[in-house]
Amino acid sequence: MEIDPFIFRLSIFILSIFVGYYVVWSVTPSLHTPLMSVTNAISSVIIVGAIIAALAGSDKTIFEISNIFGFLAIILAAVNIFGGFLVTQRMLQMYKKKKK
Amino acid sequence: MSANLSALFYLISGILFILALRGLSSPETSRQGNYFGIAGMVISIVVTFLTVGNFGIGFVYVLIFLIIGGSIGSFIAFRIPMTAMPELVAGFHSLVGLAAVFVAISAFLKPEAFGLGIIGNIKLASLIEMSLGAAIGAITFSGSIIAFLKLRGLMSGSPITFKGQHIINLTLGLIIIFLIYYLCIKQSSNIFWSIVIISFIVGVLLIIPIGGADMPVVISMLNSYSGWAAAGIGFTLENTALIITGALVGSSGAILSYIMCKGMNRSFFNVILGGWGATDQSTNSDKKEQKPVKNGNADDAAFLMKNASSVIIVPGYGMAVAQAQHALREMVDALKKNGVKVSYAIHPVAGRMPGHMNVLLAEANVPYDEVFELEEINNDFANCDVAYVIGANDVTNPVAKSDPQSPIYGMPVLDVEKSKSVLFVKRSLSPGYAGIDNDLFYRENTLMLFADAKKMTEEIVKSL
Repeated sequence: MEIDPFIFRLSIFILSIFVGYYVVWSVTPSLHTPLMSVTNAISSVIIVGAIIAALAGSDKTIFEISNIFGFLAIILAAVNIFGGFLVTQRMLQMYKKKKK
Repeated sequence: MSANLSALFYLISGILFILALRGLSSPETSRQGNYFGIAGMVISIVVTFLTVGNFGIGFVYVLIFLIIGGSIGSFIAFRIPMTAMPELVAGFHSLVGLAAVFVAISAFLKPEAFGLGIIGNIKLASLIEMSLGAAIGAITFSGSIIAFLKLRGLMSGSPITFKGQHIINLTLGLIIIFLIYYLCIKQSSNIFWSIVIISFIVGVLLIIPIGGADMPVVISMLNSYSGWAAAGIGFTLENTALIITGALVGSSGAILSYIMCKGMNRSFFNVILGGWGATDQSTNSDKKEQKPVKNGNADDAAFLMKNASSVIIVPGYGMAVAQAQHALREMVDALKKNGVKVSYAIHPVAGRMPGHMNVLLAEANVPYDEVFELEEINNDFANCDVAYVIGANDVTNPVAKSDPQSPIYGMPVLDVEKSKSVLFVKRSLSPGYAGIDNDLFYRENTLMLFADAKKMTEEIVKSL
């Protein structure tokens, strides 16, 4: 009997939760704000779905309602990707050690 | 690009995202971590373009929209002041939520483009995944908007509660589950839209009863939701990068919520089900207002600190509001010149989001190795000459250790009262967010400095 591919995805999902659990506990509390902004940036990888939605069909169909939702989602996700990574970078630049 | 090859690339992106979070274990590796994250994102986007393989006019539009969004995002990222970070993060969460809703809507309207079946006959599993993704995304969106409005001060930070609130929320939650079940049978678009709309309403109802100082929990919780929404869409699209990211972000937000709740010694449900500010404590505080307090000025404070050998600074949300972090750093520099040892003590829930104070101090060029967490520094108060409390209140209240009747009893607090003298910068004697009086104001060794945090600190710098 063949295993449903869904089960594989579920396995990846559950294992990633465990990875996330251990990785996040090792984040130093002083970097919790950058942690939030960077998780926010990476969750915008949802743009993958937005691109598929926007490019669905042929060039003639790109202004169908489902494609338009795709384009809107691209804008939202792009704001997040650029904004999230850049603001994280800006914050991390500020963390400096004592000058000896 | 073949589906198998692109799946491998998505896996690589997922691993890069894990490394991005791993980097945050110390400030030295964190910048490199951020580059890993960016690399993962670039790989994901390029691979998606290659897989779709449509480089016609649609591709040009996608690039245009990417650039529009990217410019807006970059503009915000460079212009935003560090004190506005909590509302920025809340705003960004709302965007992820809404994007998830939009992608789910597209997938529902044109399932064949995603290989999920045809309209009216979408695969059962996909239908459940996309409606869950849409529902959680919608809750994240409207909830984050409310959090944003509260943090920005456009909406009152005090909890909005009404009778039967929890029952309404529960009923709406059950209706969503029922509608998802019904959608699987009927495949009707009306049901799908109803799920989205009800979820928007739930998001609003869920956040309005939560008060200002509980915002660290709310932001972390919404962070977690945005992750679960992304994971739901990841299952729909059968995309590994999205599933991994969703799981990472979901668990990250959940852990942060847990840490924040623990910092207040409250259960998650206690926070979610409504604010502290609502409890009436006025009868209690009326009596205590009469007690004598010692009132000082900037010269007294400067004299005390100049002659101290060690000073611990306790910043709180008031410092962020007054934007006093730069003045504070100047004060510390002046003290250090006088040979005073200075360190900073940060309570886990100081400020409006996890790590809020650390970012502000870093912005003011305070080296991160002078900044300590509660457990690291709490024993040092007993050996310290002066504790300088600036904009913090409830997190220093000794009542949390002594009075089992108090609503904050059991909450971990900074032992400021153990230091030889306490300088408390505050505008008035009004109680803090928890609505209770701070015993510390009336202690023998406490000197109250009634002023705006920034002004007072600047005056102290002058008299040093």
